[in-house]
Order: sequence, then structure tokens, then C-alpha cells
Amino acid sequence: MNPVATPFFFYLLSTLAILGGVMVIVRRNAVHSAIALIVTLLSVAGLYLMLYAPFVAGVQIIVYAGGIMVLFLFVIMLVNIDRSMKERAFNKQWWIAIAAAVALGALFVSVFVKSKGLFPERGLPLAEESNTQQIGLYLYGNYMFAFEIASLLLLVAIIGAVVMAKKRI
Amino acid sequence: MNDPITHSLSHLDLNTKDETFLDSNELIINMGPQHPATHGVLRVILKLDGEKVLGTECVIGYLHRGVEKIAEHRTYTMFNPYVDRMDYVAAVSNGLGYCQAVETLMNVEAPPRAKYIRVILTELNRLASHQLWLGTHALDIGAITPLFYTFRDREEILKIFEKYCGARLTTHAFRIGGCLYETYDGFEREVKKFLTFVAPKIDEYEELLTTNRIWVERTRGVGYISAEDCIALGVTGPVLRASGVRWDLRKAQPYAAYSDFDFDIPIGENGDTYDRYLVRMAEMRQSLRIIQQAVDGIPEGPIMAKIPKVIKPPVGEIYHSIEAPKGELGYFIVSDGSTQPYRLRVRPPSFINLQALDQMVKGQMIADVVAVIGTLDIVLGEVDR
Amino acid sequence: MLEYIKSYLGSNLTPGSAGNMLWAFVYIALIFLGLSVAVIAMNWLERKILAHMQVRLGPMRVGPHGLLQPVADALKLLLKEDIMPAEADKLVFWLAPLIVVLAAFAVFTVVPFGPTHAVTDMNIGILFMLGVSSLGVLGIVMAGWASNSHYPLIGALRSSAQMVSYEVAMGLAVVSAVLMTSMNAQGTGTLSMIGIVQAQQQQGVWFIFKFFPLGFMAMGIFAIAMVAETNRAPFDLPEAESELTAGFHTEYSGFRWSLFFLAEYSAMIAVSSIAVTLWLGGWLRPFPNLLGGPLWDLVFSLAPGLSFLALGAMAAFNTFRMPRHSFFRVQTVGLALFAVLLAMIGVLMLAPGVRERVQDIFWFCFKVAVFMYLYIWYRGTFPRYRFDQLMRVGWKVLLPAGLGVLILTAIVGVLV
Repeated sequence: MNPVATPFFFYLLSTLAILGGVMVIVRRNAVHSAIALIVTLLSVAGLYLMLYAPFVAGVQIIVYAGGIMVLFLFVIMLVNIDRSMKERAFNKQWWIAIAAAVALGALFVSVFVKSKGLFPERGLPLAEESNTQQIGLYLYGNYMFAFEIASLLLLVAIIGAVVMAKKRI
Repeated sequence: MNDPITHSLSHLDLNTKDETFLDSNELIINMGPQHPATHGVLRVILKLDGEKVLGTECVIGYLHRGVEKIAEHRTYTMFNPYVDRMDYVAAVSNGLGYCQAVETLMNVEAPPRAKYIRVILTELNRLASHQLWLGTHALDIGAITPLFYTFRDREEILKIFEKYCGARLTTHAFRIGGCLYETYDGFEREVKKFLTFVAPKIDEYEELLTTNRIWVERTRGVGYISAEDCIALGVTGPVLRASGVRWDLRKAQPYAAYSDFDFDIPIGENGDTYDRYLVRMAEMRQSLRIIQQAVDGIPEGPIMAKIPKVIKPPVGEIYHSIEAPKGELGYFIVSDGSTQPYRLRVRPPSFINLQALDQMVKGQMIADVVAVIGTLDIVLGEVDR
Repeated sequence: MLEYIKSYLGSNLTPGSAGNMLWAFVYIALIFLGLSVAVIAMNWLERKILAHMQVRLGPMRVGPHGLLQPVADALKLLLKEDIMPAEADKLVFWLAPLIVVLAAFAVFTVVPFGPTHAVTDMNIGILFMLGVSSLGVLGIVMAGWASNSHYPLIGALRSSAQMVSYEVAMGLAVVSAVLMTSMNAQGTGTLSMIGIVQAQQQQGVWFIFKFFPLGFMAMGIFAIAMVAETNRAPFDLPEAESELTAGFHTEYSGFRWSLFFLAEYSAMIAVSSIAVTLWLGGWLRPFPNLLGGPLWDLVFSLAPGLSFLALGAMAAFNTFRMPRHSFFRVQTVGLALFAVLLAMIGVLMLAPGVRERVQDIFWFCFKVAVFMYLYIWYRGTFPRYRFDQLMRVGWKVLLPAGLGVLILTAIVGVLV
């Protein structure tokens, strides 16, 4: 099937993602920030779909929007919001932040301009097999070692979290 | 925090301020007075660490009617219906305790037939009270079906009450000196029919719960209280017996006709909610045994002792207690020789058993508070009086 | 126009896959309608079945045998005053029920009621379903927090912990079913909902019976996890009425509350349809191997019409049992009309041409209905788990069991 109104959805999703990102830092209420972050994550999932990466989009929804954000909200809900609203936001170093943002933006633009010849104009041809299968083959084939290392790291993190959180085991 | 009620809760430390930004562990919530699980108008202030209960404070008195004070302005006969309104699910037991207390004060004794009728009705009422307890307790723990089963069968008991004295709940069945009403025609037959009807029903309740994995997990080890603590707090009734103390006033100080009957006192071992459940289930069966014997051996004769028209007990005081479904129900009456009590004090089992709540739920979870309130089998009418 | 419809009926693609927007929207509207009717029916059925389990009658007053009770309730909820707590976070409070409903309804885009009866066939169908249904918890958490009240907050905390925990076990069970789809000559599995059912058709076995008892165990794990996922008894801690009055929706009333209600029941139907698709052969008729052949095909294709006729006969029978009194005249006539309606649907479904296309939908809905009945049965039978016990079941029982089943399925799959 041919994609419908591709540019429209691209701009819609990108705008939503950026708006959500801005809201995350602007809002004082942490729960509102978290909701804005969910909007961003979902828009990014939509962008993945437009890039013919449905598996990544699905995982983005399950892991980030469904799992991690719930845990975020879980923690934020326990914070005394009234109190945090009164606290000064961490904006003492705003000029350093602006400098960093400008530098990062410049870097992106320069990469984009200089690499014009590196990326194909029309986009890569689509793979014959499904996206999910490709990812599976790469993860458990070529990048097996890195994958296992990553899982080991996560295990260490889990154990660390348990040790730190539990008063006595 | 100037609210006089909450201000007095010193051990809950309600006045400490949140010191840190992330200090979110401690949560104080108010359970009741309007809450589905507090069986009436009990208010429990819970201090929580997440789901864990750090402490509780009961606030009572929402149903206070000053029953003891009212007694001082009513004659002994006039006060009799008031006692039904204390533990309204076991009104017959309340009436029995009061009548017997006044009788002992006056040195009269009810005739044997009256005593048998009293035993039959009181034991039926114990059964009804336990059925109501089982239904609501199971409902609190999340099993909604037993409630309807128990209410269906309790209905049969209430029908017998209705036929006997015209009332279903606040029966006012007994009078000082005996009973006012002779049993209706077919009373014995109907009670016997009820006994054969209800015995398999009790098995049915047990089938739903006793070996139900979730039920056992929810009740075993929950709300533990040791025999020593029970005695120290004055806790009586099934709660005390489930902790392993064989103390039942029907055996210890037999009243009415209880010394004539052969029955056991079921006791538990662990003092947890599951044992209290088992004890009450066994008590239902023992009640059936008692009723069976009483109906079989009911003597003929008068049902009212010879008492004066105007009741004027001699000067003196009396403490008389009976084994109500919920524990020891005692009446302390001081008589100045007039037609009205000088002072009447009720020792309600629910009020005293409720004292154990804090100890039983400390360190457990919110869901256990509900289970423990259920297992204590309190009736707020009796707690507040 | 007629040609257009005929060409569609002849197609073997879902409207989404064929790129036909019009039919996709028609399907969306149909599913939305059907789902609303299903939720209303479920409301009535739950009360009636639960009531009969509990030796009582349930709704009897509004309409014959209380048939119109859900309608009356819906009307009451719509007309109720919309209350928002003064201290609530208005925006989040407003947003929460919407998210819950959206998440619960969006998953139905990929539910396969038949080989072509789905809005679309995604190649990540099952991932999409799990992902989107897991978004529902966000709404619950937001509702609990925005109410700015303690009981909803505790309900939301319970709910988030519970759903995140049970999703893990659920995911593992799903993966082992997806693994089974790859047990064919090419060794290619699929995540597409339609593909999963077709794999069961090709392999000639429903996955519940495949590698017995592995498939059965995986479905068992999923069946337990899905009850926890939808906050139903015995895992209804987030809304445990005896502990938290009503949990996360304590402060909600009227229409907003009815949205939560709607979402809960559609989520139940959604997870049940995942279970049906993955393990019970989706739209496939029962006993394909035992009772095969064209004759049995015909017999089974008559089942939808016959069961509607049977329902109609039941309604007719009860019409004659209605009390003969002028008070009940309207109800009796209503019940008779209901019987006629059911019978007409039944006759329509018996017609050749219709019955072939309808039977897929019928078998799918029938299997989902079995799960719905189980939900009600659980509610009538089980007490409620405590929070720590719930977590223990999730992490210490279901998770290792799910992992074990997954590994064993992989090993058996390689060996066979």
C-alpha cells in the first residue's frame, strides 16, 4: 500500500515531538512534564513508523511510553508537588545551557550540510523480509556480543537498584 | 491541626512537617466514618508507609446515644428494649444479659422452660450474628458471594424470631423474670427443620472459603495476637479463643440452661485471622448442637417467674456477664432501691476487642486493616452505645 | 455501488492492507458500535450471571428481565452532574479518562474477527496490541494523581506497579506463542494477528494444544496476567471497594466515570481477543481435525444462526412465563419483540452466502465470550489478593514460569 499524506504526518509528528520536548522543560509541574514527555515519545514512535521501522515503533510504545513513563509517573506522584512548585527551577546556568544548545544545533546543521552526498536522496530500498526479522537476525547474529554485554549491564543495574533501595536484604 | 480529635493522636506524630523534598513515604489517610469496610461509622486514621501500616488510631462515638445515661431515667422494664439497640445483630443476647443481670439483682430465677427458650433463641442469634460476620468479613476480603449465601440462611432465623415475637432485628424477646411469649405452634418443628436445613449450608460456606488458596493467604498470619496480649487487653470471645485460651462463659460460669447441654469450646492455635475464622465456623456447628439438645429436651411449665408488677430491686450492685456472639457482654447495675437503676454500665465486647486493632495491624498492609476489622467482628452500635 | 461492495466482499485483504480508506472507516464505525453494544450486553450479563451465582435475581425491573437496565444506567450517568474536585489538576483530570478509552478502543484496529474482518493487518499486530493496551495504565495513573485525594493515589500506585509487573509475564507468554508461528517449513514467524491465526490453520493445531502442555501453560500464564492487567477480581486491588472505596476513580462521577467503565470492559474484551487469537485459533471453527470434511463444515457454519434461534426460543419461552397481569403487558410485548428480533437475526445468519462470512466473526466472538464468562466467574468465586501477594504471584510465579515455557518451547521447536 502506498503511504498517504506523508509530508503532512511527518510535520505533524515532528511538531508534536518538539512541542512536547519544550513543554517538558517549561512546565513547573513534574506530572505535566511527564505527560509532555509521553507525547514526545509517542510522536517519535509515529516517526519510526514512517521510516518503515514498525518493530522499533512498537517497542518504543511498549518500553518507553508504557513501561518507563509509568515508572516515572509512579515516582513523580510521590513527590510533594506543591513544594516542588515553590522551589526555584534549576535555571542558574541558563547561559551555559543556551551556549550548549546553540553549539549542538550548529553541529547538527553542519553535519546535515556537509553529508549531503553521503545519504541517498530517495531513501533506501525496503528490505524484502520483515523489519522484525531483520532486527532479530542482527541482534542475535552480528551483534550478539554487544547485546549480551548490554543485558549484563542492565542486570548489574537491577541488582544495584535493589541493594540501594532495600534497607536490609 | 487544632482539631481536638486529631490533636490528641500523639503517637501518630501528625504534626511533623515534611522536611525533605522527596519525603513522600508517610501518608496519613482517613478510613471512615463513611467507608465500605468499617462496618458502620468507625473512623480509623491510618499512618502509612506506602502500603505498610505504621500506626492506627480509632475515632469512635459517631453512633453514641448515651444508652447508659438513658438507663438512669427509665425503669428497669422500660430500659429493656434499649439494650437491643446496642449490638443490633445480636439483640437477643443483649436482652438475655440484661434480664439475667436484673434477675440476679432481684434474686429471682426464670423457670426452666423460659431458660430453654432463652437458650434456643440466643443460640439462633449467635448463629445469625456469625453468619452476618462471615458474609461481611468475606466481602471485605473480596469474596462477594458468601454474603448472599449467609444472608439467605440468616433470613430463616429472622423468620423464626418474627414468628416468635413479631420483630426480626431488635427483638425484645425476653422480659425480666422469664419470657413474655409462649412458643408458637410448631416452634420446635420449625427449629428442627431449620437445623437440618442450615447444617449443609455451613459446609457450603466452608467449601467456598476454608481451602480457597487466596482466602488462606489473605487470612493466615494476618492480625496475629497472642493469648497474653488478649488477656492483657481484656479481649474476649472468639478472638481470645482463637489465640488458644479455652474461655467461654457458657462453660466457665454457666447461666440460663447451659449447664444441661453437652458442647465443646472450639479453640485455635495461632491467633491469626484464619484461626478466628475456623473458630467461628466451629462455633456455628456447636450452636447447632446446643439448639438440637435444647429443642429435644424443652420442659413444660410456666415461662414467667413470680415477679412484682413494679420492679424495685433491693439496694446493691451486680455485675453479670454472658457469652455474647462477640465476647463477654457484661452489665454492671447499681440499684438504690428505686424503680430506676442508679447507674448502669455495659461492658460491650466489641468496644474492648476493638482496642486490639492497633496492635494487630501494626506493620501489616492496608488490606489487612480491612481483614482485621472484619475479623474482630465489631458492631458500632455496641462500641459507641 | 453494488459492484463496489461485491468487489470488496470478494477481496481477501483487510481494508487497511488494501488501502481502502472508506471501508476502513466503515469497519472502524462497525467495531465501535459493536463494542459499545458488547459492553452494554456485558454489563447486563455480568449482573445477571453474578446474581444467579449468588442466589438472587439481579436486575428485573427495567425491561423484561432487566434487559433495559444498562440503558437506564447509561442515561443516568449521562444526566448526572459532572463533578470535578476543587483541588484537582483540571487538565490531567480531564485527560485521564480520554487516554484510558483511547487506549482501550485503539487496540481493536488489529483484532482479527476473520481473515478479512479487521480494520487493518499490521505486521507488528501483537506488539501494537500489547503496547497500546499498556498505555491505558497511564490514564489510570493520571486519574489517580489528578484527583488529589489519598484513596485514588494509592489506587493509582497499586495499579501502575501491578500492570508493569504483569506485562512482563504477559509478554513472555505472547513470545512463546509467536515462537510457535515460526514452526513451519520456511522457519518464518509472524507478529501479525491474522498471520498468527493463519499459522495455526496451516499447522493444523491451535497453539493451546501445541507441544502439550507448553502451549496450555503459556495460555494459562497469559490468562492470569490478563486478569491482573484489566484490574479485575481477584486482582482488582486498584479499585478494591472495601479498602480504597473505589480506587483510582473514587473522585470521578457521571460521564467521566462511565468512560472508565467503558474502557475497563473494552480492555477485557481486547485482552481476551489476544488470548483467543494467539492460542484458541482466532476465527477458526472448533474441531477442525476431529470433525473435518464438507459436511461438518456445513454443520458448523449453521451454528451462528442456530444459536441466535436458540436465544430467540429462550426469550420466547420466557415470554410465556411472564406473569399474566396488566402491569407486565409492556414488558411481555417487549420480550416477545426481542425474541422475534433474535429469531430474525438467526434466520438471516442461516442464509447461504451470509453464513459463510458470518461464521468467522461468530466463532471469534464466541471464544471471547467464554473468557468474559470466566471473568464473571472469577469475580463470583475468589477473594481479593493482597498487594504483596499479587507482586509475589507476578514476579515469583508467573515470570519464571513464563521464562521456562519460552525456553522449553524454543528447545522443543528446534528438536521437533
